[in-house]
Amino acid sequence: MRLKLVPSDTNWDFFKFSHVSLGASALAMVVSIVLVFTMGLNFGIDFKGGTTIRTESSQPVDVGAYRQAISALDLGDVSITEVFDPSFGPEKNVAQIRIQAQGDTESVTPETIAALEEALTGIDPSITFPSVESVGPKVSGELVQSAAIAVSLSILAMLVYIWLRFEWQFGLGAVVALIHDVTLTMGIFAGLQLRFDLAIIAALLTIVGYSVNDTVVVFDRVRENLRKFKKMDLKDVLNLSINETLSRTTMTSFTTILALIALIVLGGDVIRGFVFAMTWGIIVGTYSSIFVASNILLMLGVKRDWSKDGDGGAGTQFAKAEG
Amino acid sequence: MLDFALWKRATVWGLVLLGLLFAAPNVFYSRVEGHNDALKAIETQGATPELIASRDGWPGWLPSGLVNLGLDLRGGAHLLAEVQVEDVFADRMDALWPDVRDALRAVRDQVGPIRRIEGTPGLLQVRLSEPEGMAAALEAVRALARPIVSLTGVGASDIEVSGEGAVLTVQLSEPEKQATIDRTLRQSLEIVRRRIDEVGTREPTIQRQGEDRILIEVPGIGSADELKALIGTTARLTFNPVVSRTTNPNEAPGASNVLLPSMDEKGTYYIIEKTPVVSGEDLTDAQPAFDQNGAPSVTFRFNPSGARKFGQYTAENVGSPFAIVLDDEVISAPVIREAIPSGSGQITGNFSVEESTNLAVLLRAGALPAELTFLEERTIGPQLGADSIEAGKIASAAAFLLVLGFMWASYGLFGLFANVALIVNIGLIFGLLSLIGATLTLPGIAGIVLTIGMAVDANVLVFERIREELKTAKGPARAIELGYQRALSAILDANITTFLTAVILFVMGSGPVRGFAVTLAIGIVTSVFAAIYVTRLMIVMWMERRRPKTIVL
Repeated sequence: MRLKLVPSDTNWDFFKFSHVSLGASALAMVVSIVLVFTMGLNFGIDFKGGTTIRTESSQPVDVGAYRQAISALDLGDVSITEVFDPSFGPEKNVAQIRIQAQGDTESVTPETIAALEEALTGIDPSITFPSVESVGPKVSGELVQSAAIAVSLSILAMLVYIWLRFEWQFGLGAVVALIHDVTLTMGIFAGLQLRFDLAIIAALLTIVGYSVNDTVVVFDRVRENLRKFKKMDLKDVLNLSINETLSRTTMTSFTTILALIALIVLGGDVIRGFVFAMTWGIIVGTYSSIFVASNILLMLGVKRDWSKDGDGGAGTQFAKAEG
Repeated sequence: MLDFALWKRATVWGLVLLGLLFAAPNVFYSRVEGHNDALKAIETQGATPELIASRDGWPGWLPSGLVNLGLDLRGGAHLLAEVQVEDVFADRMDALWPDVRDALRAVRDQVGPIRRIEGTPGLLQVRLSEPEGMAAALEAVRALARPIVSLTGVGASDIEVSGEGAVLTVQLSEPEKQATIDRTLRQSLEIVRRRIDEVGTREPTIQRQGEDRILIEVPGIGSADELKALIGTTARLTFNPVVSRTTNPNEAPGASNVLLPSMDEKGTYYIIEKTPVVSGEDLTDAQPAFDQNGAPSVTFRFNPSGARKFGQYTAENVGSPFAIVLDDEVISAPVIREAIPSGSGQITGNFSVEESTNLAVLLRAGALPAELTFLEERTIGPQLGADSIEAGKIASAAAFLLVLGFMWASYGLFGLFANVALIVNIGLIFGLLSLIGATLTLPGIAGIVLTIGMAVDANVLVFERIREELKTAKGPARAIELGYQRALSAILDANITTFLTAVILFVMGSGPVRGFAVTLAIGIVTSVFAAIYVTRLMIVMWMERRRPKTIVL
């Protein structure tokens, strides 16, 4: 007997509650945007400039004492967070200290770091500093810009690619779905005030890739079924296609999430934010490729007669070249 | 039917074997690393029994390329420095001033007395007493311009001269600025490289980034501060005539002189002539040494032209002091006792042994053409890197087992085929990473784990399709064939889109993010190969041997 995540011959109507799902998606996007603008993203030093120092000690982290020691140095905005990980054990107490950017362009002076390390060693002699990272405001401004360009560029690339391979309606559907995914991911980062840095941008781009990947598989089947069932109602074609690919969609999402869960639990705290973004994005991406992209496609309508298209132009299948 | 030409089979298995062969060194990471290091050491220092032993720890005929570990995994320091090219522009203008002055003096009858307006760095501005003479002044100064020899700036001249009212402005022309930036960056790169090589750390990355930046990554160094101390010093050494000595930091130095602090005596200042007699560029060697009192010092030697200039100057100025100036601080200002024709000398100051050694390194490597400011710096301790690797290994293993188990439970025998392909896939990723000498970073490890999850996608697409085709097709062979054929377009579309985002990530990203993009892109290519060819070949071979009437998927 085989393990099956969904029954093999489903015939579910994915559009029965389409107003509910679309409404929920729209609401979630609005909430995300509001969260991003009201609470703001908790930008890491990559985007805001400043210095983060990781401390490690055999004694428990006393955030208050750390703060007191550092505030004497007059470094402006300081945030101290204790870091937890199942692998640490009682002998390993880790904290992350962040101080704001000190100058206009440069990262940080050796004197500032030395003074800070001295102040902390004063209250806890066993303390060590496994990493010190500092980014000057000049670079961080540029990083924000290039990150925004990267995300927009990838969305644009997806739009153009799908437009070329399918039809513009498909491209638009896929792109709305992935804007949905990116927005929701940024929303949860704002809502939970998780640190948003360069690695998260990498995660966002991966989500873009994954979301489109998922959507394209469904669309590919839609195109095939449109050729096969020329008279069938578009809604039924979409439903049939989603049902046929449902087993694959859930399988792939499930294996990917299995791998990501392993990484969240065992991969250490340094990349946890990155992996969290990815996991969330894949859950949202799987949902959106079924409920958002297809709904958009249904609303836009598509060209029905694919047969005249011949072998050239849009809709050419790679499969033909392969034989 | 399911034909798979013999040459295709051979190619697939060959590629798989080749990939695994290239991946193999990574399994024995420290041993291969020792082998590679020993090879290099034997080449430069000659063989010792220990070196030979570590060289022989890995057979020489096997590939020995390793995946480079990024700074976040190995520990080390990362710096992004900006070269202050504006300083060079300003220096050029200062150097041009005497010529401009002389040129304008020659037309004094038309322009009247002139005065330089200080203030804007990079601009040489002169106020003429008689604005009517501007045309003559422009002509005189423009005569100083020289044509530039460069690929882009053919026919252009090196300076731009303009006049407005009574003020004449000279500045570097745009093509000359570009050429200067290029030259300055190349020199800076070379000097930073030399300085880092002098200390002999392994595999540093030193590369230009953007127009005026240098990215420096040195694995294994204790902290970014250490690295900054080494490369952040301009190390411009000059020998200047001393005008006077004072304790007033605000004393006016007078025209073409400059007031500089003493390095050792707090509160002492020297007024020296701006134009040096000899500079560090004329040095051929510098070595740490001890003076006659046993204090650490640095001995140096000039090249012939430097020696001649120095000899001449010392002969003419016996009895007066001259200043040894390093980066705008006077190290010492000894009195010239006699002419020094030999072209060698000794710098003494309040040095520690370490300082004198460092100074000698800096002087030998040459001065930076411009100051560096540091925009970004990161120090990662080796322990943190090791912890990350350890966590990454455990997480990958867990992800691997989970996915393997799940695939087997879902697809049975075909799942096992897919699992073999997955293992091959991971091997191929490491093989390719080693082959192209890519750098594995922490996000890169996450990328591999993600690939473990997503790599099965292509197989899942095919298997699901075969399941569907089994319902209608005649016989299992036909179903498998159709399954592969019809799933192909979805597989390609899905992976090309992901590949596109990986490319964008690579182009726009830097450092660890780039590492992630590389592993993601390689993972996509290998997983498609593994699914389309490796799994398929295994299925075909199994079908040929068993010839099943029905298959259960």
